[in-house]
Amino acid sequence: MNRIPAGPGAERIADLFQAMTILGTIVFVIFCGALVWALIHRRDAVLRPTPEDDRRRTRMILLFGAVLPALILLPLLFWTYGTLAAIDPRARPADLVVEVVGKQWWWEIRYRDTVPGRTFTTANELHLPVGKRVELRLTSTDVIHSFWVPDLQGKTDLIPGRENVAWIEASRPGEYGGQCAEYCGVQHTTMGLLVVAQSLEDYERWAASQRAPAPTDTVNAEGREAFLRACGYCHTVRGTTAGGRMGPDLTHLASRRTLGAGLLLNTPGNLGGWIANPQALKPGTRMPRVPMSRDEFRLIHLYLQTLR
Amino acid sequence: MEDRKAGFEWAWSQPTGIIGILRTIDNIPIAQRYMATGFGFFVLGGLLAALMRIQLGTPDNTFLDPETYNQVFTMHGTTMMFLFVIPFIEALANYMLPLLLGTRDLPFPRLTALSYWTYLFGGLLLYSSFLFGLAPDGGWFAYVPLSNRQWSPGLNLDWWDIALSVAEVAAMGAAAEMIVAVLRMRAPGMSINRIPVFGWAMLVTAFMIIFGFTPLIVGTLMLELDRKGLTNFFVPDAGGDPLLWQHLFWVFGHPEVYIMFLPAVGIVTQVVQTFSRRPVVSYTLVVLAIVATAFLSFGLWVHHMYATGLSPLAMGYFAAASTVIAIPTGVQVVGWMATLWSGRPLWRTPLLFALAGLVIFVLGGITGVMVASPPFDFQAHDTYFVVAHLHYVLIGGTVFPLFAGLYYWLPKITGRMMGERLGWASALTMFVGFNLAFFPMHLAGLAGMPRRVYTYPAGAGLETYNLLSTIGAFIFATGILLSVVNLIVSLRRGARAGNNPWEADTLEWSVTSPPPNAQYAKLPVVRDRHPLWDTQWRQERMRPEETPAPDQEMKEDVAQMDHWPTRWRGALVVTVNEGRPLAVVHMPRRALSPFIASVGLVTLFAGLIVDYLPVIWTGAALVGAAMIGWFWPLSSERAAMEEVGRPGADALPLAQYGPIANGYWGTWVFVLVLATALVTFVSSYFYLGGNIRVGVETMPATRAGLATVLLFVGLAPMFAALRAIRRERAGAIRVTVLAAFALAAIHLWLLLHALFGSGLAPATSGRDSAILGVAGFQAVVAGVLLVMLAVSVLWVLLRPLDGRGWATVWNASVVYGFAAASAVVAFAVLHVVPRVG
Repeated sequence: MNRIPAGPGAERIADLFQAMTILGTIVFVIFCGALVWALIHRRDAVLRPTPEDDRRRTRMILLFGAVLPALILLPLLFWTYGTLAAIDPRARPADLVVEVVGKQWWWEIRYRDTVPGRTFTTANELHLPVGKRVELRLTSTDVIHSFWVPDLQGKTDLIPGRENVAWIEASRPGEYGGQCAEYCGVQHTTMGLLVVAQSLEDYERWAASQRAPAPTDTVNAEGREAFLRACGYCHTVRGTTAGGRMGPDLTHLASRRTLGAGLLLNTPGNLGGWIANPQALKPGTRMPRVPMSRDEFRLIHLYLQTLR
Repeated sequence: MEDRKAGFEWAWSQPTGIIGILRTIDNIPIAQRYMATGFGFFVLGGLLAALMRIQLGTPDNTFLDPETYNQVFTMHGTTMMFLFVIPFIEALANYMLPLLLGTRDLPFPRLTALSYWTYLFGGLLLYSSFLFGLAPDGGWFAYVPLSNRQWSPGLNLDWWDIALSVAEVAAMGAAAEMIVAVLRMRAPGMSINRIPVFGWAMLVTAFMIIFGFTPLIVGTLMLELDRKGLTNFFVPDAGGDPLLWQHLFWVFGHPEVYIMFLPAVGIVTQVVQTFSRRPVVSYTLVVLAIVATAFLSFGLWVHHMYATGLSPLAMGYFAAASTVIAIPTGVQVVGWMATLWSGRPLWRTPLLFALAGLVIFVLGGITGVMVASPPFDFQAHDTYFVVAHLHYVLIGGTVFPLFAGLYYWLPKITGRMMGERLGWASALTMFVGFNLAFFPMHLAGLAGMPRRVYTYPAGAGLETYNLLSTIGAFIFATGILLSVVNLIVSLRRGARAGNNPWEADTLEWSVTSPPPNAQYAKLPVVRDRHPLWDTQWRQERMRPEETPAPDQEMKEDVAQMDHWPTRWRGALVVTVNEGRPLAVVHMPRRALSPFIASVGLVTLFAGLIVDYLPVIWTGAALVGAAMIGWFWPLSSERAAMEEVGRPGADALPLAQYGPIANGYWGTWVFVLVLATALVTFVSSYFYLGGNIRVGVETMPATRAGLATVLLFVGLAPMFAALRAIRRERAGAIRVTVLAAFALAAIHLWLLLHALFGSGLAPATSGRDSAILGVAGFQAVVAGVLLVMLAVSVLWVLLRPLDGRGWATVWNASVVYGFAAASAVVAFAVLHVVPRVG
């Protein structure tokens, strides 16, 4: 694979894949060689295969067509079982539990905590401490999606009406891209996910800042008011009365790397374009083009940039 | 003799003119149209693929907008899987099977025509969605909840669901034909162990269609009911389950790919045999491998669902099963290699296509073993790795063999040889183009490119792979074009083919190219597996044949059939095992009813898409009228009855009613479909927890119990009717059939009463939907039975001693038996289990 696994899950799978690829290549080369030989080897001008010859050939067919493949496939099957057991979510207890809810076409990410007040919600970006196992509780509120971060782990579907359990773990710090891997509608292509693996201190710092509600100072009051009027119906900003659940939680929008589930980098220009006309950038997205005056737009645009 | 020849030619002549085209039911012209239509859909599906490749050739491309792209990939998959591969294979089989088996036509000519017209109109109905911008966009697999009414409110998915139903009718009809054809309609002396491997492949495939397509029919019905708001089979909030759809779809979907592959195995075996100039090394192993593959293929479907959160036990079992199926496939492949090894290869285009396909298929098989492993599949699932895998096995395992079969058999069909040089150019171009197009997809998938995406970002390492794929796709298309040109040129200027240009062994090469309409005016007598090859092989065969050489009786039967019958169309029916002549079967010469029925069916379905009652009623009326015409007594059958001896006489009897008749066997095939549907509904019932009545009153059992008992009681007059027929007692026949009809009518009335008085609310409950599935299906079976009994009643009241009426009574008795058995099963499932379990 040209991707380098960065977590134990992906590593185990990569080992299995390597073995299967090497074995498969050898089998294919031998097969092609045998086929060529079967076609071009010299033979008598007139054929007289006897029944005994054909009985011998039948035994060869069974040997090379059934017995030999079985001998090759059986160990592979056991390697598969070993890998399955190793990557089973129940194999090790988790250090962290994160709920991921799939929606058309973004990811709602909720960090659970034993203390309820420390739970926080974000979207499209998942941070985790390096070397810690993160248990994922996966579900959906609309159609089937699939959570896939190839550098870290295989994929698991998010199915409405049920909760699937998976896990990811990163062995080294870095940023790992993910994408929805089950066709979920018109913008399935643009349902990206960013996983950020950090040292434990960096992670704790990030989590602490995410837990904090948005500042309610008077400096941004006008912007906040404009935001509540235009956006509060669908979006949540903790610390304000905006409590909409239809769209992503925006409490710390400015801390996120991308907008639109990996569609755009989170720059002021892109943010402005998104607020002004999300349909132009991601046709079919569930966020409508909200009518607002130029002043309202400017206020909301500036306000959102303060939500670090 | 000259009179006899003239009469025979008249009997087998084709109708002429425009109405003649609509009334044709001969397998040869129908199969030609079928193949042309199938190839047309292949080209359409290929054009859609070309559009996809143009869009994906460069990153962040805007050639197609997202909505259009989603429609294009959905239609590409749907076209190839439902409108090209299987119909084309069926068409080729419709043409070649009677020739290979040594008979004059398929057993149900009107059904052949119905299959074709339904397929044509259904396909056109599906494509008409493009005209309205409403092409289906849920993927060819239409996963719920995306394809259900909440998340796909437009008509697109209704179009998909309903047009699919039309394709399903075509497939089922073809399956019934092939089963009865291979089992009963063969040349005298063609015992079961002398059937060409292609015949075995089609027989096995036909059974797979029966067992594999029926769950899809049930599933698409459930989806359409959900989409109309009548049920909630798949809606999680109401107690339905989206995974039920996946199970139903893949129980069909996995056997489907083997339904596509096994006929190709049959074709490749014939081609390898002919072009190695020796029989395949082990006929027994090849046939056993085909049968084993068919059985195993029904136990693998969950490997399409590895990522849905299954238990490790389930994944372990299906991983093992998915790996084991490589074994019979290995036997087939090595069997071909052994044949080539010990033969004398004749380097012609058919062999080249077969070999090219084999190499591609084996690579696809290897990646298949890889994705059969759940951990690896967790990475590869829903990526371009799987796209690569599936195209390697499908194009290598089916498309290339189809081209091999075409190059092999087109000289027989058209009477002209195809160009060798163009053939080689086409094969090599297709091979190079295919690999260039699809091999990079493995790497794109491993680099992280998911399926069903309309674009990908620059800088993600995907550009080169996609560009190569696009270039390769166009090279591949060019290769196909070369074959099309080859065909067109050969039709005009190809060398005349003669009877047996390849010096092959099977019966089709004994007739002229193109074959006469009747195919075998003089029936061949078969004495071993390779009838046309010289005695060298016969002497050196592996095992002495068990069946004796043709005896005096067989020679007399063959002489009777020589250019006979002359006033009606007749063919020979043989015993299943030994191939001894058993009876003569009458077949209709021409009929408009299949065409009208197809028009009606498609009208009906079109009306269902748009929910417009006048169109629905028109369609239903047309179908009803066509059915009346279909089952109206045929004067040609009366002529047959007068001419042919009765059972017990020296000459061959007429296979008109009862176990000796093709219609009876066809009814059994129909009952197999019903049984599979029952199993599907019952499984879905348990899957959705229909047997658990928590806080809801269990359905009252009295009416349903009484209905079941009454139907059982009705078995007595039903079987008494058969006895009365044997004794030819008109009065007894009338009384017994009427009694059976009356009991079946009361049974249906009680069932409907129970259903409508049950308080079920499927529109708000998934569990009630599951219950409705079983109970509703029971009512449908009872309804079908009642219609068949009504026709029988008409016959016995008006003409109690007519063999044509006896046929309807016999066929109704088969359905009656099934209805009684299924009533017991349904009663146990709906009423006993919830109270006990």
